[in-house]
Amino acid sequence: MTDQLYQEIILDHYKHPHGRGLRDPYSGEAHHVNPTCGDEITVRVTDDLSDISYDGMGCSISQASASVLHELLKGKPIGEAAKIHEAFVELMQGRGQVEPDEEVLGDGIAFAGVARYPARVKCALLPWMAFKDAAARAGVEVTV
Amino acid sequence: MTAFDVARVREDFPILSREINGHPLVYLDSANTSHKPVQVLDVMRTYWERHNANVSRSVHTLGTESTTAYEDARAKVATFIGARSPDEVVFTKNSTEAINLVAHSLGASVGPGDEVVISEMEHHSNIVPWQLLCERTGATLRWFGITDDGLLDESGLAELINERTRIVSLVHMSNILGTINDVSRIIARAHEVGAQVLLDCSQSVPHLPLDVVELGADLIAFTGHKMLGPTGIGVLWARADLLREMPPFLGGGSMIETVTMERTTYAAPPARFEAGTPPIAEAVGLGAAVDYLSAIGMREIHEHEIELTGYALKTLAGIDGVRVYGPGTPDGRGGTVSFDVAGVHPHDVGQILDDLGVEVRVGHHCARPVCARFGVSSMTRASFYLYNTTAEIDALAAGVEQVKKVFS
Ligand SMILES: Cc1ncc(COP(=O)(O)O)c(C=O)c1O
Repeated sequence: MTDQLYQEIILDHYKHPHGRGLRDPYSGEAHHVNPTCGDEITVRVTDDLSDISYDGMGCSISQASASVLHELLKGKPIGEAAKIHEAFVELMQGRGQVEPDEEVLGDGIAFAGVARYPARVKCALLPWMAFKDAAARAGVEVTV
Repeated sequence: MTAFDVARVREDFPILSREINGHPLVYLDSANTSHKPVQVLDVMRTYWERHNANVSRSVHTLGTESTTAYEDARAKVATFIGARSPDEVVFTKNSTEAINLVAHSLGASVGPGDEVVISEMEHHSNIVPWQLLCERTGATLRWFGITDDGLLDESGLAELINERTRIVSLVHMSNILGTINDVSRIIARAHEVGAQVLLDCSQSVPHLPLDVVELGADLIAFTGHKMLGPTGIGVLWARADLLREMPPFLGGGSMIETVTMERTTYAAPPARFEAGTPPIAEAVGLGAAVDYLSAIGMREIHEHEIELTGYALKTLAGIDGVRVYGPGTPDGRGGTVSFDVAGVHPHDVGQILDDLGVEVRVGHHCARPVCARFGVSSMTRASFYLYNTTAEIDALAAGVEQVKKVFS
């Protein structure tokens, strides 16, 4: 059953994260904590999204999700990043009823299975919510 | 029942026949909350079906029966912990409320320059009320550290507890390391300087024979749902003479002697601390839980758990990449075993174990400072009770092997 949760893609991103580590310069930073499990993440963004850097500690789902976020949003035009962000959040909040679009979400579609585990949705969303706050602090609105 | 018979015990717990994800339920989370035997469920159902009424305020038959049932439960709890009188037993909502009650009531006489002493081993519910008290009053919060072996570090005892110390509040058995704290030296030192000692017995009262007079603390707190009782009922025990001196916490019905528009005089304990309609059926359920535990015998239960703990410590130590926190042998520890699987986050451990029907707790266990002390953000915890078996620990071990396979 957890095969759906722990897709190869997720485990790969967990074991070999993309773009991990906090970098300078940046225009906005946010630190988010999941109070129930203690997972933490810090996300930094430049105001043109030319770099998104992060560091944190947490489960495979939250860490892989940060890696996928980096892969999907870094260097994207802001309007497009906002669309991807919205699609990912919608997928995660869809209780497993949302059919993900690979064109938009790339490796992010591997998280479709996570949406069926309500206790883990927060793990997957942690980096995305921190990203949104960091972007807002950089003066970038990622809500469409 | 003479010899302890775990198979026989399990028959009393209907939930244990459930399946989880196609596997028999292996419930290893009793430190979080315990399951309830039919004996408790039946008593609560009968209470509601036959006797339901408010307590201490009606002359009618149901009200009298209800009051009798509620007060009988108080007497059972008093006997269970060796209290000198049922009047030393105050019903609360849970341990958390009992500790907050003490922080407000006993804390009312604390002021700037005074000190309150806790430890790094506490559950958040024995940290935050004292932080709040210190913020309100200007008192200073101090604490014992933890040794590498998971024991309270008493090396600074004489300085830490001094003439300025007013209240010492410590966990009796850790909900994360499993350590059963030998608090005798600390209590002796606290009493030497005139401080009161509260013990958080949330994890000890359910699992060990405990006698408040022998223990020597001034107050203890525990919670019904961890000892086969329902949620919504907890206990504050305190020495009668101390309780008589303590001002009320919450104000309302049932805690008064007389009320005029200008002022109120308060009822004697325990009523003084039970404002409003109490959780009556829950208290009755806790009374039934205490009956059940006593019939089996707390010594027998403790011995069964020592066996499970020894087996679990040995089994987990034999798995490559598993690190166990807290004391390494069953001496001075209870059946709560926290561990780490190298390279795998506890959330992921818990998820894969759940897939196999093995229910453990993962996270910081409401004791973040303990995790920080051992340099981790969270742990995986297996905790045992009278209904667990060594076969269930084998299922846990098999599950951990599966975890390692997924994340290899
Ligand atoms: C040591 C300890 N103290 C306090 C509590 C709080 O119990 P409750 O949530 O029932 O108030 C718990 C249980 O979670 C505990 O393990």
